[in-house]
Order: sequence, then C-alpha cells, then structure tokens
Amino acid sequence: MTAFRKVWYMNMENTPLLEMRNIKKDFFGNQVLSDINLTLREGEVIGLVGENGAGKSTLMRILFGANMIRETGGYGGEILLNGEVQKFESPFDAIEAGIGMVHQEFSLIPGFTTTENILLNREPKKKNLISEIFGERMNTLNRGEMEKKAADAIEMMGVNIDPKMVISDMPVGHKQFTEIARELSKEQLKLLILDEPTAVLTEKEAEALLDAIRGMAKRGIAIIFITHRLQEILSVCDRVVVMRDGYIVNESPAKETNVGQITKWMVGRDVKNSGAALETRNHENARTILSIEKLWVDMPGETVRNVNLEVKEGEILGIGGLAGQGKLGIPNGIMGLYPSGGKITFDGKDIPLNAPKKCLDSSFAFVSEDRRGVGLLLDETLEWNIAFPAMQIQNKFLKNYLGGLIKWRDEKAIKVVTDQYIKELAIKCTSSKQKAKELSGGNQQKVCLAKAFALEPRLLFVSEPTRGIDVGAKALVLDALKKFNRENGVTVVIVSSELEELRQSCDRIAIVSGGKIAGILPASSSVEELGALMLSQVI
Amino acid sequence: MSKKTGTKTIQKGKVGAFLQRSSVPILFILICAVCIPMAGLSPSYLINEIVTRMGRNAFLILSLLIPIMAGMGLNFGMTLGAMAGEIGLILVSDWQIVGIPGMVLAMIISVPISILLGLFCGKILNMAKGREMITSYIISYFINGVYQLVVLYLMGSIIPIKHSSIKLPRGYGIRNTVSLLEMRQKLDNLIPLTIGGVKIPVMTFIIIGILCLVIIWFRRTKLGQDMRAVGQDMEVARDAGINVERTRILSIIISTVLAGIGMIIYLQNMGNIATYSSHSQIGMFCIAALLVGGASVDKASIGNVFLGVILFHLMFIVAPRAGAAITGDSMIGEYFRVFVSYAVITVALVMYETNKRKAKSMESEQLKQEQLEEENK
Repeated sequence: MTAFRKVWYMNMENTPLLEMRNIKKDFFGNQVLSDINLTLREGEVIGLVGENGAGKSTLMRILFGANMIRETGGYGGEILLNGEVQKFESPFDAIEAGIGMVHQEFSLIPGFTTTENILLNREPKKKNLISEIFGERMNTLNRGEMEKKAADAIEMMGVNIDPKMVISDMPVGHKQFTEIARELSKEQLKLLILDEPTAVLTEKEAEALLDAIRGMAKRGIAIIFITHRLQEILSVCDRVVVMRDGYIVNESPAKETNVGQITKWMVGRDVKNSGAALETRNHENARTILSIEKLWVDMPGETVRNVNLEVKEGEILGIGGLAGQGKLGIPNGIMGLYPSGGKITFDGKDIPLNAPKKCLDSSFAFVSEDRRGVGLLLDETLEWNIAFPAMQIQNKFLKNYLGGLIKWRDEKAIKVVTDQYIKELAIKCTSSKQKAKELSGGNQQKVCLAKAFALEPRLLFVSEPTRGIDVGAKALVLDALKKFNRENGVTVVIVSSELEELRQSCDRIAIVSGGKIAGILPASSSVEELGALMLSQVI
Repeated sequence: MSKKTGTKTIQKGKVGAFLQRSSVPILFILICAVCIPMAGLSPSYLINEIVTRMGRNAFLILSLLIPIMAGMGLNFGMTLGAMAGEIGLILVSDWQIVGIPGMVLAMIISVPISILLGLFCGKILNMAKGREMITSYIISYFINGVYQLVVLYLMGSIIPIKHSSIKLPRGYGIRNTVSLLEMRQKLDNLIPLTIGGVKIPVMTFIIIGILCLVIIWFRRTKLGQDMRAVGQDMEVARDAGINVERTRILSIIISTVLAGIGMIIYLQNMGNIATYSSHSQIGMFCIAALLVGGASVDKASIGNVFLGVILFHLMFIVAPRAGAAITGDSMIGEYFRVFVSYAVITVALVMYETNKRKAKSMESEQLKQEQLEEENK
C-alpha cells in the first residue's frame, strides 16, 4: 500500500460522509431554517423528527438539490460530501454524488413491473444495427440483465417482493419497498433519505423495513430516517435529531432518550409564548348539536375512517393533528367536498352526506383551507364574494318582483353588509368594489370569514384559518371567530395544524391521528399531552 | 416478453369487466350481424372487399399506435402525414415516375415533410398537455390551409409543375383529381395471388406485417420503454431523468412519417388522389376504426387495429345496402355510416372518462369496506 493510499484511508476514517454547515434558508424573508449543522458517518442511521413546518422537508430538499430551493433564492451554508463542498444544480447531481431519496409520494409508473420501475431510465441495453444509425435510444432493453439487477437490489434490501408484479396491483407497502430497491440499485448510493417511509406500511411491513434499514446500514449506507413514529426511531437509529421552528433543538444518541423526552423537544415552546386559552368554558351539560358517527372520507392525503365525534351547542371545538392524518378530511367530508359515508345528525335531524347544498340548507357554513381555490371568487368584488353564498342559498339580498318571478340583486343591501364586515374585521381594501385577488392573504381570509358570517350559520367549520397569514392578522381572525361564537351563540369547529392557536381559542381539542380521533382534551391541557396524542396512532 | 398494453387491465376472471371494455366491438358485431343478411351481398364479395380495405387502411391505422403508447391519445396529427404523402405523390406523377419506383420516390419525398410537420405538431402538443386530441384536430385544419396554399397557388407558379393533365387550366394549382393510373394497385398486384376468388394484395400485407413486427420490436427498445413510462406518468418519468418533451415529439414524428407512407399505400390502391379532400376525413375514419376495434384513448394494440378494420369497414359496406333494402334509399345507409363513425368516437371518449371516475369511486368503496372490516374485528 502506497503512502498516498494510507493517507486516503485515514481521511476516510476521519471525514464524515456528510457534513452540513450553517445551513440557512428563507422563503422571501420568512426564515424557515437557521444555522443547521449536521454530520453523518458511513453506515450511520439518524432519525430526524419535528412537527410539520419544523423545516425537515426543506432541509432534505436542500440536501437533495431540489429545483424548488434554487427557484426561491438558494440557501446559505455549505454541504460537504466526503470532505468536498457540493453545489447541486438539480436532484440528478445529488443522485450522481450518491444521495438517494425516497419521497412521501410514490414516484412509480403504475403499469410497469417492479423490475421496470427499479431500473426506470437506467435499464441495461443491448446494441443493434438500427441503434448504430439512429442512436442509443433504439437499443433494445436487456430484460435478463434487468431482472438480475433488480433481484440484486431486492436482495440487498432484505424484503421479499415479486419482481414481476405490476405496480398498480401491489399493496401499498410493496410500492414503498420498490422505491427503496430503486435507490439501492444505484451503485454509487452512499446516503439514503427516507421521508416517512413507514407512513403507509402495516405493522409487519414496517418491521420488515426497519430490518432492511439495519441491513443497509451494515453495508455502509448512511441513512436519514424521517418519521413521526418515535418508537421506530428509538429502535433503529443511532442518533435522534429534533427540529423545531427551523432550528435543530436537540441531538442525542437514541439509547439515551425516550419517547416522552423527544415529544417534549418537538412541541415544547418558550414558556413566554404559550399562553393557554384565557377562558375555557365547560359545555359538558350543553346538548349535543352535531353528532358524527362512523364517518369515513376519501380525501386524498387526508383520509378519515371511523370517526365518532360529538359537538356541543355553543362551544368552540378544535380539531388538531399532524398533516396527512385526516383532520382536514372531517370538515371536507361532512360538507360534501369529498366522497364520504357514515351518519351525521344535526339538531336531531339526519344530514345526508355527499350533498353540499343540504349541509348549507341546514345552516352549516364552511371556511375552506383552500382559500383561493374553494373559498373565493378571485376575479369578483368583495361585495360579490361576501354576499354570493347568502344570495344563492338563502335568497338574501334579493328584491322580488312579480311575486318572486324575477329576482334582482339588492345592491344597496349588499354594500351595507359588506361595509359592515370590512369595518368589523378590519379588512384592508380600497373599497367594497375591490377584487378579491388583489387583497393580501390575511385579508382574503377575513373575506372568507365574512362570507361565512353573512350566511348566519348555526354551525361553522373553519379549516386552517391562519394558514399563511401574518401574526397580526392571525390574532384578528381568531378574535373574530371567538366573538362570532360568543355573541351569536354559533357553534364553531376549528381545524388547524397549530396547537397553540387551538389552545388559545377553543374550549375542547380533539386530536386526529391515523385518520381517527385519538382523544379529546380540554384546551387547557399541556402541549405535551396534546403532542403525545398527535403521535399516538400515526400511520 | 413485452405485454400487449391493450389486455393488461382486464382483471383475470372478471367477465363483466371484459365485456365492458369490449362493449364497442360487441356493439359493432351485433350491427353487422343484423345488416349482413339484409344487405344480401355474397360472402365472396364481402371477403374481397374486406381484404382490399384491410390492405388499404391497416398501415394508416397502425400509425396511430405509437402516440397512444406515449400517452398522447388519438392523434389527428396523422392527417399532416397524409398531406405530406399526397404532396409526394403529386410531384412524382408530374415527373411521370410510375409504378413501384414512383411510390418509393413519393415516400422518400414525404418523409422530410412529415418530419417537419410532426416536429411542429409535437411542439404545439407539448404546450397543450392533456388536450392533445382536440389540439391535434385543430392543427390538422390549420395545416390543411397551408397545404391548400401550397397545392392551389404555389404549385405551378413557384414549384414547377410541367404536365397540364394535373394542372388547373389557369396555369397554376393542381386539379381536383390527380390520376394515379400508372401506379394503381401496383403494390397490391406485385405478387399476384387469388385464393377461392379472393384477390390477396400479398406485397401490401407483407409490408403491413413488417410494420407490425417493427412496432412490437419498438416496444422493447429504450425509446419504446420511455414512451410507455411518459404515457403513464409524465412527472415520474421526468423525475427519473427521461426527457419527456423530446420523447413525446418523437412519438408524433414517428406517427406522421408512418401516416405519410400509409397514405401513399392507401392512394395507390384507390388509383387517384382527390387533391383537396383525400386527407380531410382520413384521420377521423382511422381513429373511428381503431376505437371500433376496442382501443381506448390510452390503450391500443395491433389486435385492435385489425379487428377495427374488419368491423368498421364491414359496416361501411353493408350499411348502405341494408339502408337501401329497408327504406329504398341508399342515402340513409350512407348517412348512417358517417353518423356512426362520429358516434363511436363520442362514445369511446365518454367511456374513457366514466371509467376513470369509476376507478375513483372504487377507491372510496374500498375505504368503506376497510372501515367495516375494522369494526367487525
């Protein structure tokens, strides 16, 4: 062995495989990652945990050279692989450098077999006469070689899947394994990022995956494992890295920590900010105004099953949970925006599902999380936006002529009510004739609320009321909801990813985990208690 | 080794699903079964006609398969190739190159024109992903205008046309009909064969057979595999590093080039070119025939092509006669066959959408079942 090689080997020993130094990222001034330092050695498995929005995905996107990062102004800091600074222009550069990533959404061709998917666009080929003339793409596929390579990758993973099965016929778990096998089939693979790979797996499959992770680590592949199932992290990882609000708040060997501690790190905020609800009320004795039995909702990414829930008259009920666990599915399913089944009783009457009009007729109102898509008529004036549902559903703001044969809009009444809401909710606009699309996110959200208020509902669903709006507007929106609840006696159900805002504005909080209600706690419960529920049945 | 895309989704053992997928061919078999006895045509006449039309049309319809594989749906862009083929034939007949050499030369002229038109069409279709069918249909009208400009004004004035037999009397522009007498059925009759009174265009069939083999081989090439991947999920294919746009353009170019050659084979059988109308309906009829054969917007096999040619043209032959037999007016049958070809396309498109929606509601159904199972535990 030459001296040079000795030095090289020593370097291999000392330089970590991956080093991320002072990584920073902001989206148009909104800091989402600050001073992230992370090192990873060959064959090491680290668990990356954090609430939604903690910055895990953004960090992984930076590491994987995602286009979206470059399009939003790049990132600060350095990424070193084997001691060399890397600047990935695209995911393909990252792949070239030996980084593999299995995303949450499947990236598979449905009509292809396992083998074809594992070797997608990296198929071994045979030359022929025509390809000599017309170029490489006329080479025929070498099926034998493909099968061999795919089999090798599957074997390396240690989980048995049928290499000849077509993806669309597969159980979800096998699709996930196919994706992992695809990364393993890349010879240069050194670092594998698994983004919530067990989310779609059954217990048995998840077990198999954990074994596969251990096996891969033994072969020297470093793994970053992102999951909400903390038990898995403890059982498979060497180290746990906890992120919160764009910082790494804690890093600890997995052996020296436990689920409770990690949960605390994940959700624990500065004591100063976490004011619990000021005045939680008790509605235990109030009558049940809405009862939900055995609800299922087929909303992509937010599937709900077997939800039973009772809403008391006059309360503000919060529904919280991690993204993708089904909290958004509940209001969307009840209001008929996605296919659903089960039994809904409101004020003693059965409400048919999959019929939005019936819900609205029963004086439900819904402020959707999809503000721009579902919530607003973007090209119309504020007047129209606020009065439109009331006009359509309740024949309000209409003047009847010829005994109701002809109906004209009552422009005056519309203007009066719009101006009233503009004042009440402090909507920043030039006039009630301004177009909805010209307003800022926070003000658009207020228009959505005004629209729902104008319906004078008895039950109001509000989905993600503060998503993407600034702190000032947040407080205003939540106060408006509280006031509406208190003064008009309207029952309100708020669905939100932000525990803090639920704790501040609700009376009770139901936590959805794994598509079901994991538990209902009073809003005065501690963040830790609620956080534990959020993670309890994560799928 | 390579699976036929057309049969893949038929679930094993599910007769209902199979019947549903093949409802269009079954409907046509029924129509033909009713019309054949009423038309009162002799079996030998019918078989002769079918064999002739198979040779005439199969190559053109086969040109539709590759864009379907690449997920671009039924491609009316083939009309562009047909125009290129016609231009080749017009020039060759002016140069008085006859017979097989004339055909080959016409094909050689058509190929670069087809490639250019295909490139243009493919680029535009890349800007209108998901709306390829209607976009290509409108492009075919637009290019028809350009074709008319070339043939009606530029030929004879800028592009030299010598022979007055194909020139309009005013000195430029091409006549409504260009005779291909010297080329008529030269390919079909190159190897003469008659079996039981049925004339078989052997050479044409051999060429069609070769094209089928090429398509099967093509599916096994890297480009073919890429097209299948792009056809099923563009985003996934792109993430895997496949150049989606280029792959789609190539599929359209291959289709237009094949359509140009197919049009020349079609016209040598007909024996004349209707200069301003030959190409105008060819796209519609080829697509209708393919759909009648049981293909859908996203799946078509070689089997669909042949079944489609047989059924569609059988109806074409018997419907006017049957109409005449019933009503005493052959126009009724004539009307019926045009009406049916549009109806077939409409039905096929509607079925494609409803099947997609059905697949979606199946997912909800599954969720409901899962919940029931959980409860019963």
